[in-house]
Amino acid sequence: MARAAHPAGGQPGTGGDRATAPGPGGQGGTSAPHRQAHPKTVLEAAEIQRALTRIAHEIIERTRGAEQVVLLGIPTRGVPLAARLAARITQVEDRPLPHGSLDITMYRDDLRLRPARGLGPTKVPAEGIDGKTVVLVDDVLYSGRTVRAALDALNDLGRPLAVQLAVLVDRGHRELPIRADYVGKNLPTSQQEVVRVLLAETDGEDAVLLEPVGGTSRPRRGGVTGSRGGATGRRR
Amino acid sequence: MNRHLISAADLSKQDALLILDTAEELARVADRPIKKLPTLRGRTVVNLFFEDSTRTRISFEAAAKRLSADVINFAVKGSSVAKGESLKDTALTLEAMGSDAVVVRHGASGAPHRLAGWVRGSVINAGDGAHEHPTQALLDAFTIRRRFGRGSGEALDGLRVTIVGDVLHSRVARSNVWLLHQLGAEVALVAPPTLLPIAIGDWPCAVSYDLDAALPKSDVVMMLRIQQERMNAAYFPSVREYSRRYGLDAARLRQLPDEAIVMHPGPMNRGVEIAAEVADSPRSTIVEQVANGVSVRMAVLYLLLGGLEAVQ
Repeated sequence: MARAAHPAGGQPGTGGDRATAPGPGGQGGTSAPHRQAHPKTVLEAAEIQRALTRIAHEIIERTRGAEQVVLLGIPTRGVPLAARLAARITQVEDRPLPHGSLDITMYRDDLRLRPARGLGPTKVPAEGIDGKTVVLVDDVLYSGRTVRAALDALNDLGRPLAVQLAVLVDRGHRELPIRADYVGKNLPTSQQEVVRVLLAETDGEDAVLLEPVGGTSRPRRGGVTGSRGGATGRRR
Repeated sequence: MNRHLISAADLSKQDALLILDTAEELARVADRPIKKLPTLRGRTVVNLFFEDSTRTRISFEAAAKRLSADVINFAVKGSSVAKGESLKDTALTLEAMGSDAVVVRHGASGAPHRLAGWVRGSVINAGDGAHEHPTQALLDAFTIRRRFGRGSGEALDGLRVTIVGDVLHSRVARSNVWLLHQLGAEVALVAPPTLLPIAIGDWPCAVSYDLDAALPKSDVVMMLRIQQERMNAAYFPSVREYSRRYGLDAARLRQLPDEAIVMHPGPMNRGVEIAAEVADSPRSTIVEQVANGVSVRMAVLYLLLGGLEAVQ
């Protein structure tokens, strides 16, 4: 659980138990790309919880009670995030909120740049998406290409009334005219860095890490088109 | 995954599970209002069938079309093959037309393997002689896994599969023995001695001659078609006698454990290897097998063609 590779001298106060670490003010997750070698924690478990709670309230507010809302998580980590958001909205509104998952692999525009990969689950709630407000949920918004693929996938599933986007981290560097409606944290990054989202459901702990390329993660694959592809399994 | 799918024996357990899990996801496409995915847009799949086939060819065609690939059906009858063109020249012609995958069925064992050496695209074996029919084995494994309530990532460990009938001429049996064994099932063959191949001792399965003894110990019974078109010698005294000893009728169906299922790769000879009432019983998976065939072939086409072309 506790990551051994902690920024030993980098950030005072975070060397030990991160649950009692100082607040986000001291974390300074938005400071300029820092020195190499160690992953930096930009969001801790408690901050992720708070961000999700805020997003849940924003969804309720902006959709006037979330009555016709369906949450669809994009695998892998969008799925548990959608489930968590649904649980929070259920708590507040006291009524179950349909949620599911939407795999976009078959709609990607970079399929031919990498070997074929296995598919994630697509589970659309029994109510369907016709006439609903679909909120797509993903962990990181980067180039926007994943969201573009998700919009295509939705198109084949039905005709939602509206589509919105919720992400835990917006790291910038968009390549398409896409923006998020709900953002957990805006995180200015360099394209040389990797944002890693860890969730209890998939990774055993909650954290968002910013890693320099070639740090603890797998080296990126070079090449003209996909220079950012493949890092730590992150889709772009 | 290899670039080609020639033989079920080439598939590792990991490869096989990847195909089955992918098929499991792709099966849901059939329930959607728009049964199409854009994944193979602009890719060309050639169906090259030197032997008659309806279900396999149509199944591959449906699978390729659901993935948005362009499909060219190369019917050998009326083609230049009928004028004496060799397999190699046919292959080079297809190559020149820019095919990305060739789905081939041929009467000679090993033809797809030869073809794979001549074309740049992927070769998928849709049945070669009495050798292999890997996608049939994959769809059988998929059907078994679903019927026994096992989900993604799970293999067939502990299930007892009995394959009955004309093993000698059956590429389905050979592919199934290797694949089901690889997936952890216990495979047994039951057939008259004249309908077993000589090298059967090397196959990873048990062999016996008595169907009635095998039935109570079977979770899955797979009946093979008596291939009259390949019966060029007297393998058994009469169809009636074969049917009495090795046919699955209602009385034999009752000897099976309660949850056991009956499979048949089709086309069936009703009344010979399988009685009509058995084929139509709820235990029979024959119609499911056809539906699952499309999902499994979509998975194979996607995994071979969907990504970066494999090196080499």
